[in-house]
Amino acid sequence: MGRKILNSFHWLGFSFLEPLVRLIRGEEPKKNGLIIFRKVIVPIASVLLFLGVCNYFAHYLYAVERERKIEKTLATQGEEAALAMQECIDSGDLSCKPNSLPSPGDVWNGAVTLIEDHKTISADKEAFREKTAGINAKRKAQGKEPITYTGRPSFVDQIMTSLETVFAGFLLAALLAIPAGIVLGLSETLRTALNWVIQIFKPVSPVVWLLLVSMVVKTILASADMDKSFVISFISVGLCSMWATLVNTAMGVSSVDKDYLNVSKVLRLGVFSNVFKVILPSSIPLIFTGLRITLSVAWMVLIAIELLAQSPGLGSFVWEEFQNGANDSNAKIIVAMFVIGGIGFALDRMMMLVQKAVSYESRA
Amino acid sequence: MAAFLEIRNVSKSFGTGSSRVEVLKNINLTIEEGEFIAIVGFTGSGKTTLISLIAGLIEPDEGEILLKGKRISGPGPDRGVVFQNYSLLPWLSVAGNVNMAVKQVFPKMKSKERKEHVARYIEMVNLTSALHKMPSELSGGMRQRVSVARALAMDPEILLLDEPLSALDALTRGSLQIEIERIWRESKKTVMLITNDVDEGILLADRVIPLKPGPRATLGTIFPINFKRPRDKATINADENFKKERNAINSYLMELGKFRSASNKKVYHLPQIEPQLPRQKKAIV
Ligand SMILES: Nc1ncnc2c1ncn2[C@@H]1O[C@H](COP(=O)(O)OP(=O)(O)OP(=O)(O)O)[C@@H](O)[C@H]1O
Ligand SMILES: [Mg+2]
Repeated sequence: MGRKILNSFHWLGFSFLEPLVRLIRGEEPKKNGLIIFRKVIVPIASVLLFLGVCNYFAHYLYAVERERKIEKTLATQGEEAALAMQECIDSGDLSCKPNSLPSPGDVWNGAVTLIEDHKTISADKEAFREKTAGINAKRKAQGKEPITYTGRPSFVDQIMTSLETVFAGFLLAALLAIPAGIVLGLSETLRTALNWVIQIFKPVSPVVWLLLVSMVVKTILASADMDKSFVISFISVGLCSMWATLVNTAMGVSSVDKDYLNVSKVLRLGVFSNVFKVILPSSIPLIFTGLRITLSVAWMVLIAIELLAQSPGLGSFVWEEFQNGANDSNAKIIVAMFVIGGIGFALDRMMMLVQKAVSYESRA
Repeated sequence: MAAFLEIRNVSKSFGTGSSRVEVLKNINLTIEEGEFIAIVGFTGSGKTTLISLIAGLIEPDEGEILLKGKRISGPGPDRGVVFQNYSLLPWLSVAGNVNMAVKQVFPKMKSKERKEHVARYIEMVNLTSALHKMPSELSGGMRQRVSVARALAMDPEILLLDEPLSALDALTRGSLQIEIERIWRESKKTVMLITNDVDEGILLADRVIPLKPGPRATLGTIFPINFKRPRDKATINADENFKKERNAINSYLMELGKFRSASNKKVYHLPQIEPQLPRQKKAIV
């Protein structure tokens, strides 16, 4: 029972919880206590320290900004206005709040606002669906398009859109890079012939990919009734992120252990069997290493691409908040930052689990 | 009638220009059907090269190798190889590794029949309990036995064993030697065993043939071993003839070894070179 819990922790990458379980079960209290101190207490302390430093820094910036705002009013509108401004700021009125780095508290409030906002919008959507259910049924019967909700997307909706885009891009990258990598890996000639393509395109910035893709997509999909910005951003994400998979797949396929190839030769495997029964299985670990890198790159460039392509998602959320300039915009941007980081971390963990599951080296 | 396996004037070298190494030179050997041959030799003398030539994994520069009178051109399942480093596919289980070979060699076999066939050979090497284990879960000796089972399950004309036991401890070695002899007697296959252990050769083989140290290694004097079978290590060890035989082969090898170190001193000036590390599989970002 206890063993099972520990194993599942280990598998999920929560092995730091192991000593806690052991300590609770009364095993080696001194040793496990020390491990807990190092693996649990110290990280928590570092988080608190981080929050403290942020808080201090945010308050410092706030004070500077407040001073500046008051002085500016003094210079332009006179003493009375300056005093009124000071009073207004200190009363905590949102209309005259200095715009600076938000404190952890502000960020927390921002997160709460975003969740509240999501609830309101969801309720709104639900109400809309109920209201239009009858009409839509009728329209469908008449063969017309149903009426859809066109209101503002909530933060959670944006996250979902971003995830959709990144998965579409990741899928595209995998579909392009794995077969291409296999072909390149099999043929030394092709590898040398096309090496320049990889070397030149690999370091190209996501922004340039975006521009390139939109040049092409705009022409091809000129009349198509499709969400162009989504297509553009997921293709750009795919093209940006596929290189790691391409290179790793080619590497894996081209460096199959000579012993395995000898086995294949002695058995006189055909080309097809050789690829699918020997070469591919032996390159699976490297292919998945590539895919893991690809997914993390995809998530990283996605935000920048959404921001530029004006396609819905976290990127454009951040950009809109930045331009919006409302008094809690900065806090929301920081919330988005943590959400982006957290999701990136979760995606990487997910890929790590898949990678573990498919690698024969660690299956023992 | 032509001999079962005939090696005629075979030479093999690697590399070109100044880095060219002539590994084997003018190898001649005739093996009869059902015979058990042991090749003994120093490390690096070209034993694996000889096996690879017979297996068809590499081509001789000169000469030819005939199996039942037909020239060998490329590898094939009629020659079962047990590689020096086992060469099991790590993503397949014990049964999976054997099954893959059987499926390839006997494509017409029905799935039930094939399963029995695989099980029979795994049984033969006493690994039934490890049927579904992965190679990484096995000990070296067990991997070696899987490799033997895989080679035997292909029902080859000749079994080529490249130092199958050299990585094992003395105890495991002893029991696997007995197993190899039993398998050879039961299956009536022709076997060519590469070994660096003279005792092993005498215990198992009909003829022990030393491979002279390279470069330009050739086969030395053939030592026929005429003990009656089944041979038993204990009784053989007590046998006076065995001791004589062993001393004869050992002193012969010693002479060769002296020759090797002497010629090495004279001929070679080692260049200052960086060691070439094995290619490591690493992720590239
Ligand atoms: N593919 C190759 N390319 C270049 N040189 C090779 C190659 N294969 C073997 N050699 C060289 O041929 C010589 C004999 O190698 P081989 O592997 O046949 O020795 P061996 O007798 O099997 O040794 P060991 O007992 O250590 O297995 C060595 O000097 C080796 O460096
Ligand atoms: Mg060898």
